[in-house]
Amino acid sequence: MIDAKQSGLISKRCTWAAILAMFLVAGTAPAAEAQRPRPAKSGIDYASDDVRRLQADDFANPGMLWVAQGEKLWKAPAGNSGKSCASCHGDAEKTMRGVATRYPRVAPVSPQLLNLEGRINRCRVDQQGVAPFPYESENLLGLTSYVAHQSRGLPAAAVVDERNRRHFERGRAIYFRRQGQMNLACTQCHEQNAGKKLLADTISEGHGNAYPIYRLEWQSAGSLHRRLRACYFGVRAEMPAFGSDELLDLELYLVWRAAGLPVETPGVRR
Amino acid sequence: MVLLNSRLVRAVAWIVLGLVATACVTVTDPLVSYQISGDEIPNPLTALAGDAARGREVLMSRDGNCLLCHAAPETGARFMGNLGPPLSGVGARLSAGQLRLRIVDSQRLNAGTIMPSYYRTEGLVRVAAAFQGKPVLTAQQVEDTVAYLQTLR
Repeated sequence: MIDAKQSGLISKRCTWAAILAMFLVAGTAPAAEAQRPRPAKSGIDYASDDVRRLQADDFANPGMLWVAQGEKLWKAPAGNSGKSCASCHGDAEKTMRGVATRYPRVAPVSPQLLNLEGRINRCRVDQQGVAPFPYESENLLGLTSYVAHQSRGLPAAAVVDERNRRHFERGRAIYFRRQGQMNLACTQCHEQNAGKKLLADTISEGHGNAYPIYRLEWQSAGSLHRRLRACYFGVRAEMPAFGSDELLDLELYLVWRAAGLPVETPGVRR
Repeated sequence: MVLLNSRLVRAVAWIVLGLVATACVTVTDPLVSYQISGDEIPNPLTALAGDAARGREVLMSRDGNCLLCHAAPETGARFMGNLGPPLSGVGARLSAGQLRLRIVDSQRLNAGTIMPSYYRTEGLVRVAAAFQGKPVLTAQQVEDTVAYLQTLR
Protein backbone atom coordinates (compact mmCIF):
# COMPACT_ATOMS: atom_id res chain seq x y z
CA MET A 1 0.00 0.00 0.00
CA ILE A 2 1.17 3.52 -0.76
CA ASP A 3 -0.28 6.31 1.37
CA ALA A 4 -1.12 9.75 0.00
CA LYS A 5 2.08 11.32 1.30
CA GLN A 6 4.22 8.63 -0.28
CA SER A 7 2.33 8.78 -3.54
CA GLY A 8 2.78 12.56 -3.56
CA LEU A 9 6.49 12.09 -3.04
CA ILE A 10 6.61 9.48 -5.77
CA SER A 11 4.71 11.67 -8.18
CA LYS A 12 7.10 14.55 -7.37
CA ARG A 13 10.03 12.25 -7.96
CA CYS A 14 8.40 11.08 -11.17
CA THR A 15 8.02 14.67 -12.28
CA TRP A 16 11.70 15.36 -11.62
CA ALA A 17 12.66 12.11 -13.34
CA ALA A 18 10.52 13.05 -16.30
CA ILE A 19 12.14 16.50 -16.50
CA LEU A 20 15.59 14.93 -16.21
CA ALA A 21 14.68 12.38 -18.90
CA MET A 22 13.48 15.18 -21.17
CA PHE A 23 16.82 16.97 -20.77
CA LEU A 24 18.67 13.73 -21.42
CA VAL A 25 16.63 13.03 -24.54
CA ALA A 26 17.16 16.59 -25.74
CA GLY A 27 20.87 16.34 -24.96
CA THR A 28 21.39 13.03 -26.71
CA ALA A 29 19.20 13.77 -29.71
CA PRO A 30 22.13 14.67 -32.03
CA ALA A 31 23.91 11.41 -31.16
CA ALA A 32 20.74 9.41 -31.82
CA GLU A 33 20.28 11.21 -35.12
CA ALA A 34 23.78 10.24 -36.19
CA GLN A 35 22.88 6.58 -36.17
CA ARG A 36 22.42 4.75 -39.41
CA PRO A 37 19.09 3.22 -40.39
CA ARG A 38 19.34 -0.48 -39.56
CA PRO A 39 18.88 -2.52 -41.55
CA ALA A 40 19.45 -0.09 -44.42
CA LYS A 41 16.93 -0.52 -47.22
CA SER A 42 17.95 0.20 -50.79
CA GLY A 43 15.90 2.55 -52.93
CA ILE A 44 15.12 -0.37 -55.24
CA ASP A 45 13.09 -1.96 -52.43
CA TYR A 46 10.80 1.09 -52.49
CA ALA A 47 10.48 0.99 -56.30
CA SER A 48 7.57 -0.41 -58.29
CA ASP A 49 7.73 -3.87 -59.85
CA ASP A 50 8.32 -2.57 -63.37
CA VAL A 51 11.28 -0.46 -62.23
CA ARG A 52 12.71 -3.44 -60.35
CA ARG A 53 12.37 -5.64 -63.41
CA LEU A 54 14.05 -3.01 -65.57
CA GLN A 55 17.04 -2.82 -63.22
CA ALA A 56 17.35 -6.58 -62.80
CA ASP A 57 17.54 -7.37 -66.53
CA ASP A 58 20.90 -6.32 -68.02
CA PHE A 59 19.46 -6.45 -71.53
CA ALA A 60 16.59 -4.10 -70.63
CA ASN A 61 18.40 -1.87 -68.11
CA PRO A 62 19.09 1.42 -70.01
CA GLY A 63 22.00 2.16 -67.63
CA MET A 64 23.92 -0.68 -69.31
CA LEU A 65 24.34 1.61 -72.35
CA TRP A 66 26.53 3.87 -70.20
CA VAL A 67 28.41 0.88 -68.80
CA ALA A 68 29.15 -0.25 -72.39
CA GLN A 69 30.29 3.26 -73.30
CA GLY A 70 32.57 3.23 -70.26
CA GLU A 71 34.09 -0.08 -71.28
CA LYS A 72 35.08 1.42 -74.65
CA LEU A 73 36.62 4.44 -72.93
CA TRP A 74 38.51 2.19 -70.51
CA LYS A 75 40.39 0.68 -73.45
CA ALA A 76 40.77 3.86 -75.55
CA PRO A 77 44.16 5.63 -75.47
CA ALA A 78 43.88 9.34 -74.64
CA GLY A 79 46.13 12.36 -75.16
CA ASN A 80 49.82 12.52 -75.96
CA SER A 81 50.59 9.84 -73.41
CA GLY A 82 48.75 7.34 -75.60
CA LYS A 83 47.74 5.59 -72.37
CA SER A 84 44.33 4.12 -71.73
CA CYS A 85 42.93 3.23 -68.31
CA ALA A 86 43.73 -0.38 -69.21
CA SER A 87 47.42 0.47 -69.82
CA CYS A 88 47.90 0.88 -66.07
CA HIS A 89 44.89 -0.90 -64.55
CA GLY A 90 44.58 -3.89 -66.90
CA ASP A 91 41.36 -5.85 -66.85
CA ALA A 92 38.79 -3.76 -64.98
CA GLU A 93 36.72 -6.83 -64.15
CA LYS A 94 39.57 -7.94 -61.92
CA THR A 95 41.36 -4.74 -60.86
CA MET A 96 38.30 -2.56 -60.28
CA ARG A 97 36.33 -5.15 -58.32
CA GLY A 98 35.42 -3.57 -54.97
CA VAL A 99 37.02 -0.19 -55.74
CA ALA A 100 33.75 1.77 -55.89
CA THR A 101 32.75 0.51 -52.43
CA ARG A 102 35.58 2.59 -50.90
CA TYR A 103 34.64 5.95 -52.43
CA PRO A 104 34.48 8.82 -51.72
CA ARG A 105 37.85 8.74 -49.97
CA VAL A 106 40.96 10.76 -49.36
CA ALA A 107 43.08 8.73 -51.77
CA PRO A 108 46.88 8.48 -51.48
CA VAL A 109 47.18 10.51 -54.72
CA SER A 110 45.57 13.58 -53.25
CA PRO A 111 44.88 15.32 -49.94
CA GLN A 112 41.39 16.08 -51.24
CA LEU A 113 38.28 14.02 -50.78
CA LEU A 114 37.59 12.38 -54.15
CA ASN A 115 34.56 10.48 -55.32
CA LEU A 116 34.77 8.01 -58.19
CA GLU A 117 34.23 10.78 -60.75
CA GLY A 118 36.98 12.86 -59.16
CA ARG A 119 39.35 9.89 -59.02
CA ILE A 120 38.80 9.09 -62.71
CA ASN A 121 39.46 12.71 -63.66
CA ARG A 122 42.59 12.75 -61.51
CA CYS A 123 43.92 9.85 -63.59
CA ARG A 124 43.05 11.67 -66.79
CA VAL A 125 44.98 14.77 -65.76
CA ASP A 126 47.95 13.14 -63.97
CA GLN A 127 48.42 9.94 -65.97
CA GLN A 128 46.93 10.53 -69.40
CA GLY A 129 47.75 14.22 -69.61
CA VAL A 130 44.32 15.25 -70.87
CA ALA A 131 41.60 17.57 -69.66
CA PRO A 132 39.16 16.21 -67.06
CA PHE A 133 35.76 15.15 -68.33
CA PRO A 134 33.09 17.71 -67.40
CA TYR A 135 30.80 16.58 -64.59
CA GLU A 136 27.65 14.94 -65.95
CA SER A 137 29.15 14.46 -69.44
CA GLU A 138 28.26 11.20 -71.17
CA ASN A 139 31.93 10.15 -70.97
CA LEU A 140 32.28 10.71 -67.22
CA LEU A 141 28.93 9.04 -66.54
CA GLY A 142 30.00 6.13 -68.77
CA LEU A 143 33.39 5.56 -67.21
CA THR A 144 32.01 6.00 -63.67
CA SER A 145 29.19 3.56 -64.43
CA TYR A 146 31.67 1.03 -65.83
CA VAL A 147 34.02 1.22 -62.83
CA ALA A 148 31.18 1.17 -60.27
CA HIS A 149 29.53 -1.72 -62.12
CA GLN A 150 32.60 -3.88 -61.36
CA SER A 151 31.58 -3.72 -57.68
CA ARG A 152 27.97 -4.73 -58.23
CA GLY A 153 26.78 -6.91 -55.37
CA LEU A 154 29.57 -5.87 -53.00
CA PRO A 155 28.64 -3.93 -49.83
CA ALA A 156 29.44 -0.23 -49.49
CA ALA A 157 32.45 0.00 -47.19
CA ALA A 158 33.57 3.61 -46.79
CA VAL A 159 35.55 4.08 -43.58
CA VAL A 160 35.58 7.21 -41.45
CA ASP A 161 39.12 7.84 -40.25
CA GLU A 162 41.44 10.67 -39.35
CA ARG A 163 41.99 11.59 -42.99
CA ASN A 164 38.35 12.14 -43.86
CA ARG A 165 36.70 12.82 -40.50
CA ARG A 166 36.26 16.56 -41.04
CA HIS A 167 34.55 15.84 -44.37
CA PHE A 168 32.33 13.29 -42.68
CA GLU A 169 31.35 15.68 -39.88
CA ARG A 170 30.53 18.40 -42.38
CA GLY A 171 28.49 15.96 -44.46
CA ARG A 172 26.57 14.91 -41.38
CA ALA A 173 25.88 18.55 -40.45
CA ILE A 174 24.52 19.16 -43.95
CA TYR A 175 22.28 16.10 -43.65
CA PHE A 176 20.61 17.51 -40.53
CA ARG A 177 20.53 21.17 -41.62
CA ARG A 178 17.16 22.65 -42.46
CA GLN A 179 17.51 24.84 -45.53
CA GLY A 180 15.80 26.63 -48.37
CA GLN A 181 12.46 28.38 -48.53
CA MET A 182 10.83 25.05 -47.59
CA ASN A 183 13.15 24.83 -44.58
CA LEU A 184 13.69 21.07 -44.81
CA ALA A 185 16.62 18.81 -43.91
CA CYS A 186 17.51 15.52 -45.63
CA THR A 187 16.70 13.64 -42.42
CA GLN A 188 13.10 14.88 -42.31
CA CYS A 189 12.13 13.05 -45.49
CA HIS A 190 14.67 10.26 -45.82
CA GLU A 191 14.82 9.09 -42.19
CA GLN A 192 11.70 10.33 -40.44
CA ASN A 193 9.35 9.70 -43.36
CA ALA A 194 10.95 7.00 -45.53
CA GLY A 195 8.27 4.74 -46.99
CA LYS A 196 5.61 7.46 -47.07
CA LYS A 197 4.14 8.97 -50.22
CA LEU A 198 5.20 12.30 -51.70
CA LEU A 199 2.43 12.68 -54.27
CA ALA A 200 2.86 9.47 -56.31
CA ASP A 201 6.45 8.73 -55.22
CA THR A 202 7.52 6.64 -52.26
CA ILE A 203 10.23 8.38 -50.25
CA SER A 204 13.30 6.17 -49.96
CA GLU A 205 16.00 6.19 -47.30
CA GLY A 206 18.11 8.19 -49.74
CA HIS A 207 21.07 5.84 -50.24
CA GLY A 208 23.52 6.33 -53.09
CA ASN A 209 24.39 2.65 -53.65
CA ALA A 210 23.04 2.42 -57.21
CA TYR A 211 24.70 5.48 -58.80
CA PRO A 212 25.14 6.50 -61.54
CA ILE A 213 21.48 5.61 -62.07
CA TYR A 214 19.19 5.67 -65.07
CA ARG A 215 16.26 7.82 -63.95
CA LEU A 216 13.06 7.57 -65.96
CA GLU A 217 12.25 11.19 -65.12
CA TRP A 218 15.57 12.26 -66.69
CA GLN A 219 15.42 9.83 -69.62
CA SER A 220 19.15 9.54 -68.99
CA ALA A 221 21.82 8.31 -66.65
CA GLY A 222 22.83 10.78 -63.96
CA SER A 223 25.20 11.13 -61.03
CA LEU A 224 24.42 11.21 -57.32
CA HIS A 225 25.27 14.91 -57.37
CA ARG A 226 22.59 15.51 -59.98
CA ARG A 227 20.08 13.75 -57.76
CA LEU A 228 21.19 15.67 -54.66
CA ARG A 229 20.88 18.95 -56.54
CA ALA A 230 17.31 17.96 -57.45
CA CYS A 231 16.50 17.80 -53.72
CA TYR A 232 18.14 21.20 -53.12
CA PHE A 233 16.01 22.55 -55.98
CA GLY A 234 12.90 20.98 -54.46
CA VAL A 235 13.38 22.64 -51.08
CA ARG A 236 14.25 25.89 -52.90
CA ALA A 237 17.77 26.08 -51.50
CA GLU A 238 20.94 27.38 -53.16
CA MET A 239 22.28 24.54 -55.28
CA PRO A 240 25.94 23.61 -54.72
CA ALA A 241 27.96 22.96 -57.91
CA PHE A 242 28.58 19.45 -59.25
CA GLY A 243 31.68 18.05 -57.57
CA SER A 244 31.66 20.82 -54.91
CA ASP A 245 33.07 20.22 -51.44
CA GLU A 246 29.55 20.40 -50.02
CA LEU A 247 28.20 17.59 -52.22
CA LEU A 248 31.34 15.47 -51.73
CA ASP A 249 31.08 15.77 -47.95
CA LEU A 250 27.41 14.87 -48.10
CA GLU A 251 28.21 11.94 -50.40
CA LEU A 252 30.70 10.59 -47.84
CA TYR A 253 28.09 10.81 -45.09
CA LEU A 254 25.54 9.05 -47.31
CA VAL A 255 27.95 6.22 -48.13
CA TRP A 256 28.62 5.76 -44.41
CA ARG A 257 24.85 5.63 -43.80
CA ALA A 258 24.49 3.02 -46.54
CA ALA A 259 27.20 0.74 -45.11
CA GLY A 260 26.46 -2.85 -46.01
CA LEU A 261 24.09 -2.12 -48.88
CA PRO A 262 25.28 -3.77 -52.09
CA VAL A 263 26.36 -1.64 -55.04
CA GLU A 264 23.66 -1.85 -57.75
CA THR A 265 25.21 0.23 -60.54
CA PRO A 266 23.63 0.78 -62.95
CA GLY A 267 20.51 1.36 -60.86
CA VAL A 268 17.14 2.30 -62.33
CA ARG A 269 14.77 4.68 -60.56
CA ARG A 270 11.58 6.54 -61.34
CA MET B 1 -9.12 71.49 -73.85
CA VAL B 2 -7.85 68.36 -75.55
CA LEU B 3 -4.32 69.16 -74.34
CA LEU B 4 -5.50 69.64 -70.78
CA ASN B 5 -7.40 66.36 -70.89
CA SER B 6 -4.44 64.37 -72.13
CA ARG B 7 -2.21 65.96 -69.40
CA LEU B 8 -4.84 65.11 -66.83
CA VAL B 9 -5.05 61.54 -68.10
CA ARG B 10 -1.27 61.19 -67.94
CA ALA B 11 -1.11 62.59 -64.42
CA VAL B 12 -3.85 60.26 -63.25
CA ALA B 13 -2.07 57.33 -64.94
CA TRP B 14 1.18 58.13 -63.06
CA ILE B 15 -0.66 58.37 -59.75
CA VAL B 16 -2.40 55.04 -60.38
CA LEU B 17 0.92 53.44 -61.37
CA GLY B 18 2.54 54.80 -58.22
CA LEU B 19 -0.25 53.46 -56.04
CA VAL B 20 -0.06 50.03 -57.68
CA ALA B 21 3.72 49.92 -57.20
CA THR B 22 3.39 50.94 -53.55
CA ALA B 23 0.66 48.36 -53.01
CA CYS B 24 2.83 45.58 -54.50
CA VAL B 25 5.77 46.45 -52.24
CA THR B 26 3.54 46.53 -49.19
CA VAL B 27 2.16 43.06 -49.88
CA THR B 28 5.47 41.21 -50.26
CA ASP B 29 8.04 43.14 -48.23
CA PRO B 30 7.62 43.47 -45.36
CA LEU B 31 5.04 40.77 -44.74
CA VAL B 32 1.65 41.70 -43.36
CA SER B 33 1.98 41.65 -39.60
CA TYR B 34 -0.30 39.40 -37.58
CA GLN B 35 -1.14 38.53 -33.99
CA ILE B 36 -1.01 35.02 -32.60
CA SER B 37 -3.41 34.09 -29.86
CA GLY B 38 -3.02 30.59 -28.44
CA ASP B 39 -2.70 28.34 -31.45
CA GLU B 40 -4.52 30.73 -33.76
CA ILE B 41 -4.08 33.81 -35.90
CA PRO B 42 -7.64 35.03 -35.24
CA ASN B 43 -7.68 37.91 -37.74
CA PRO B 44 -7.44 37.55 -41.52
CA LEU B 45 -4.19 38.78 -43.10
CA THR B 46 -6.06 40.73 -45.76
CA ALA B 47 -9.06 43.01 -45.98
CA LEU B 48 -10.42 41.04 -48.92
CA ALA B 49 -12.14 37.90 -47.66
CA GLY B 50 -10.70 34.52 -48.71
CA ASP B 51 -12.20 32.92 -51.79
CA ALA B 52 -12.67 29.14 -51.48
CA ALA B 53 -12.59 28.49 -55.24
CA ARG B 54 -9.27 30.28 -55.60
CA GLY B 55 -8.06 28.49 -52.46
CA ARG B 56 -8.71 25.16 -54.13
CA GLU B 57 -6.53 26.33 -57.03
CA VAL B 58 -3.72 27.31 -54.64
CA LEU B 59 -3.96 23.95 -52.90
CA MET B 60 -3.75 21.99 -56.14
CA SER B 61 -1.30 24.18 -58.09
CA ARG B 62 2.46 24.38 -57.75
CA ASP B 63 1.97 27.52 -55.63
CA GLY B 64 0.69 25.61 -52.64
CA ASN B 65 1.45 22.05 -53.70
CA CYS B 66 -0.45 20.84 -50.62
CA LEU B 67 -1.29 17.46 -52.17
CA LEU B 68 2.39 16.59 -52.31
CA CYS B 69 2.03 15.72 -48.61
CA HIS B 70 -1.71 15.81 -47.79
CA ALA B 71 -4.63 13.76 -49.08
CA ALA B 72 -7.80 15.63 -49.99
CA PRO B 73 -10.01 13.33 -52.08
CA GLU B 74 -12.61 16.16 -52.28
CA THR B 75 -10.36 17.89 -54.80
CA GLY B 76 -10.71 15.00 -57.24
CA ALA B 77 -6.93 14.65 -57.52
CA ARG B 78 -5.53 11.26 -58.51
CA PHE B 79 -2.24 11.38 -56.64
CA MET B 80 -1.87 12.57 -53.07
CA GLY B 81 0.86 12.22 -50.47
CA ASN B 82 0.59 11.03 -46.89
CA LEU B 83 3.44 12.80 -45.07
CA GLY B 84 0.98 15.12 -43.39
CA PRO B 85 -2.49 14.41 -41.98
CA PRO B 86 -5.39 14.05 -44.46
CA LEU B 87 -7.29 17.29 -45.06
CA SER B 88 -10.72 15.68 -45.19
CA GLY B 89 -12.81 17.13 -42.40
CA VAL B 90 -10.11 19.63 -41.45
CA GLY B 91 -12.65 22.47 -41.63
CA ALA B 92 -14.60 20.79 -38.84
CA ARG B 93 -11.54 19.97 -36.75
CA LEU B 94 -9.85 23.37 -36.89
CA SER B 95 -11.07 26.98 -36.83
CA ALA B 96 -10.14 29.51 -39.50
CA GLY B 97 -7.62 31.02 -37.07
CA GLN B 98 -6.04 27.64 -36.33
CA LEU B 99 -5.81 26.84 -40.04
CA ARG B 100 -4.27 30.26 -40.70
CA LEU B 101 -1.42 29.76 -38.20
CA ARG B 102 -0.78 26.22 -39.46
CA ILE B 103 -0.35 27.53 -43.01
CA VAL B 104 1.52 30.72 -42.08
CA ASP B 105 4.07 29.17 -39.73
CA SER B 106 3.40 25.68 -38.38
CA GLN B 107 6.90 25.63 -36.92
CA ARG B 108 5.71 28.04 -34.21
CA LEU B 109 3.55 25.21 -32.87
CA ASN B 110 6.04 22.39 -33.47
CA ALA B 111 9.62 23.43 -34.16
CA GLY B 112 10.51 20.05 -35.65
CA THR B 113 7.57 19.70 -38.00
CA ILE B 114 8.11 18.83 -41.64
CA MET B 115 5.34 21.28 -42.58
CA PRO B 116 6.96 24.30 -44.28
CA SER B 117 6.02 27.83 -43.21
CA TYR B 118 4.11 29.34 -46.13
CA TYR B 119 4.12 32.95 -44.99
CA ARG B 120 7.50 33.59 -43.46
CA THR B 121 10.84 34.95 -44.62
CA GLU B 122 12.87 35.15 -41.39
CA GLY B 123 15.10 32.49 -39.87
CA LEU B 124 15.62 30.56 -43.10
CA VAL B 125 19.06 29.57 -44.37
CA ARG B 126 20.51 29.16 -47.85
CA VAL B 127 17.31 30.14 -49.62
CA ALA B 128 17.73 30.08 -53.43
CA ALA B 129 18.21 33.57 -54.87
CA ALA B 130 14.87 33.51 -56.71
CA PHE B 131 12.96 33.03 -53.43
CA GLN B 132 14.94 35.18 -51.01
CA GLY B 133 12.79 37.53 -48.94
CA LYS B 134 9.61 36.08 -50.42
CA PRO B 135 7.00 33.96 -48.67
CA VAL B 136 5.81 30.78 -50.44
CA LEU B 137 2.27 32.15 -50.63
CA THR B 138 0.92 35.70 -50.69
CA ALA B 139 -1.28 36.86 -47.83
CA GLN B 140 -4.30 36.62 -50.14
CA GLN B 141 -3.40 33.06 -51.15
CA VAL B 142 -3.20 32.14 -47.46
CA GLU B 143 -6.70 33.57 -46.91
CA ASP B 144 -8.06 31.80 -50.01
CA THR B 145 -6.59 28.49 -48.82
CA VAL B 146 -8.07 28.97 -45.34
CA ALA B 147 -11.45 29.62 -46.98
CA TYR B 148 -11.22 26.43 -49.03
CA LEU B 149 -10.09 24.27 -46.12
CA GLN B 150 -13.05 25.50 -44.09
CA THR B 151 -15.34 23.93 -46.72
CA LEU B 152 -13.82 20.49 -46.03
CA ARG B 153 -16.20 19.32 -43.34
